[in-house]
Amino acid sequence: MTTDREKTTSLDDMFGDFAELVLENVTIELDELRLALRPMVQQMAKAAARPALEIPKSLIPASFKPPLGKYTRSIQEITLGATKKDGGSRGSTVTIGGHTAPAWDLFQAPPKHPPIIAADVFDMPISLAHAVKMHYREVLDDPAAWAKLVVDKFGADVVTIHLISTDRRLGDTSPNDAAKTIEEVLQAVKVPILIGSAGDPEKDGPVLAKAAEVCEGEKTLLCSATVDVYEDIALAAKKHDQVVLSWTSIDINQQKELNRRLFEWLTPEQIVIDPTTAALGYGLEYAFTIMQRMRLAGLLGDEELCFPISSGTTNAWAAREAWLKNPELGPRELRGPIWESVTALALLLAGNDLFMMMHPAAIKTVHDLVGWLKERRIVKPDEYPDWTTLAIPEGV
Amino acid sequence: MAKLPGPLEIYPLLPGTNCKECGEANCMAFATKMAEHTVKLEACEPLFKESKYAKKLGKLKELVRPPVREVLIGTGEMAATIGGKLVLYRHDLRYSNPTAFFIDIPDNLESDAFASRVKAIEDWTYVYIGTNLRLDGVALRGVSQDPKTFATAAKKLTELTNWPIMLCSLNPEMLATAAKAIADKRPLLYAATLDTWAEVGEIAAKHNLPLVAYAPGSLENLSSLVNTLRAIGVEDIVIDPGTLSTTGLGTTVDDFTQIRRSAINEDNELLGYPTLATPIAAWADHREGEAPELTKWNEVITASALIVRYADLVVLHSLDMWTNLPITFLRSNLYTDPVKPVAVEAGLMEFGEVGPDAPVMYTTNFALTYFTVESDIKQSASNTYLMVIDTEGMSVQSAVAGRKLTAEKIAEALEEYKVAEKVNHKILISPGMAARLSGETEEATGWTVKVGPQDSSGIGKYLQEEKWKEE
Repeated sequence: MTTDREKTTSLDDMFGDFAELVLENVTIELDELRLALRPMVQQMAKAAARPALEIPKSLIPASFKPPLGKYTRSIQEITLGATKKDGGSRGSTVTIGGHTAPAWDLFQAPPKHPPIIAADVFDMPISLAHAVKMHYREVLDDPAAWAKLVVDKFGADVVTIHLISTDRRLGDTSPNDAAKTIEEVLQAVKVPILIGSAGDPEKDGPVLAKAAEVCEGEKTLLCSATVDVYEDIALAAKKHDQVVLSWTSIDINQQKELNRRLFEWLTPEQIVIDPTTAALGYGLEYAFTIMQRMRLAGLLGDEELCFPISSGTTNAWAAREAWLKNPELGPRELRGPIWESVTALALLLAGNDLFMMMHPAAIKTVHDLVGWLKERRIVKPDEYPDWTTLAIPEGV
Repeated sequence: MAKLPGPLEIYPLLPGTNCKECGEANCMAFATKMAEHTVKLEACEPLFKESKYAKKLGKLKELVRPPVREVLIGTGEMAATIGGKLVLYRHDLRYSNPTAFFIDIPDNLESDAFASRVKAIEDWTYVYIGTNLRLDGVALRGVSQDPKTFATAAKKLTELTNWPIMLCSLNPEMLATAAKAIADKRPLLYAATLDTWAEVGEIAAKHNLPLVAYAPGSLENLSSLVNTLRAIGVEDIVIDPGTLSTTGLGTTVDDFTQIRRSAINEDNELLGYPTLATPIAAWADHREGEAPELTKWNEVITASALIVRYADLVVLHSLDMWTNLPITFLRSNLYTDPVKPVAVEAGLMEFGEVGPDAPVMYTTNFALTYFTVESDIKQSASNTYLMVIDTEGMSVQSAVAGRKLTAEKIAEALEEYKVAEKVNHKILISPGMAARLSGETEEATGWTVKVGPQDSSGIGKYLQEEKWKEE
């Protein structure tokens, strides 16, 4: 983590007026909130005769041994970004991967490098769900300001600049135009930046090649090489020492195949994999399972799959339940970001390392989760609240 | 993963009479299905009816007992079965018995509010790929700390609902009174602890009720507690290692993971029971003056983490759509059988009255995509053709990116289904997500392509406005 966490706003701030609005009708006695902890030992009435049960005189002790697994290989460590001493201009770098155990099996080994979040920035105004747009309205036509916002205010670890205007259908801007945008974003923020292409099979190669060139020394991530478009990108990454996102569509064999092809140009320090993220409710289980399988395969020695994993978590917004304006489903200001958060959480537990996200509350939630999940501690029994007697304010 | 028995181990323990009562052609076929976990042992009635098979039945039960036992809560058709897990990862086979969601109700709630909360729990629903997502049970909490109030509320609950009930109190006297009142409804008792195992274990054994063993903070203590309850004769045990949200979530996820890994990978019988998580505990951090939405948010996050990490039953407080939609969706997704086909058959579908001037739309054969589109068309009562293209079960967006949906495939489908003979126009409406293919498709097919809405919820409005007919 490279960002100053104090800069990030709380969920409370993000929901702002909405939260206050809801508060108006809530009145709770402070006493009600105190945990009603009760003495746990109480003798039963002895009047009733006991059935013929054999009650042991005392607890029968049993032992427990952590169920350690055997893993033969570790996941590749990948560093993104470069500071001045390494020929770049970034204020800091990020490293992902390096794991020696399945995701979050803390009893075996904690994650070597905790997952990070890349906030999405686009090089032209795009259509966004209402709940997302409200946070970006001011910066939609200024990628540099957009990048500054996600780093300074939303706490993004890195920034992905998506060069979608290069798409022949969306503006057909040139690789040189894209280079200018990249320069502006590099100037605007000190964190590592990642480069996203438009997904135009004819333009992606030249655009990412140009991006690799202008990012010389910066150790950027070129997103993405696919089974259809990979040669130009791999070649440029080799020439300018960049990292490549190897992106496939929910097919573990295709992922292995593409990586094998990339090995012709790239070293293992230059590959991050992305098996495609489908939204919660719309195929999330495919992404979840394939990530779990890839992480396990890597740990068990598969050199074609032992790479850190990336997710286009913003895809969560493809689920209509995330954005539909429908009062029966509750406020979309909450429904949208919780959708992105839960999509991310499932993949976090499956072993994802790099999250490309958009909603500030979801970004904050995933940052919180990474902090919470990476530590196990000894907890005394009385630190666990007795929820059976908890007074929860009525009607909420 | 633990070794699951194969058909050749199961077959010798079946009657071997090939009586077909189970619906299979012979005992070997039944054994094969048993090994695939697609039939239940109970389907072989002679085994249970005829005393001469008693020994075989005993051995068979032992042989096919899942590494995580199954526990039944409640009675009748609404009863909840939890646990019965066979594998650690869904890709190893599938997850069985989706996590049950029990919603709390305090025992001291006044009468009308009590009844309306029960109704709200029963009524919570959402239609998702043709099925109704629902909650599963009611967790009665002994907030009153008064055994009589608790038992009266339990009794009242059974009058209001036939849903499975969980009786929640750490006070043995409370549990004794309420268990006695509704024992015939087979409630789940919560909970026996390191301090109360003798009293509560006795109540569960006496009434033959499922019981939660709760020993937070130590898996060794939890193992000892289970060991002791087994010695008392409690058979149906559910285990709770304690749930902490926010800063304690890492510890909790780690506990649940160790439990399930021990049960499945190491045959640890003492932890081979369904697990119970209590995201409702997030409400202990709720403070006066704070928006309840923030606590609900934490409850959803805690529940989601533990649905992924092996909870077989979760106790929740929130009843909102925005809180329970993501977790019911998550549960559906993770409990989907990974080998189940994800594709529907390709072909030309007709909706409503289709004449020669009916619109022609297309989509992919990914089941979720198809059912979503189908339901949107039906809801809008549109009259239309829908061409379902074989994309090897991929959604529109993925299929376009992965070249499973191409202009050539669209052309082939138009040809194969003889669409030109059915309508008097040559206008094809493409999904919004496939806009990229428009030019190529027009070249390959000679049809005019109009780009439809990005999301199929817009189909009704799109067709109604007849924009696709415009030049």
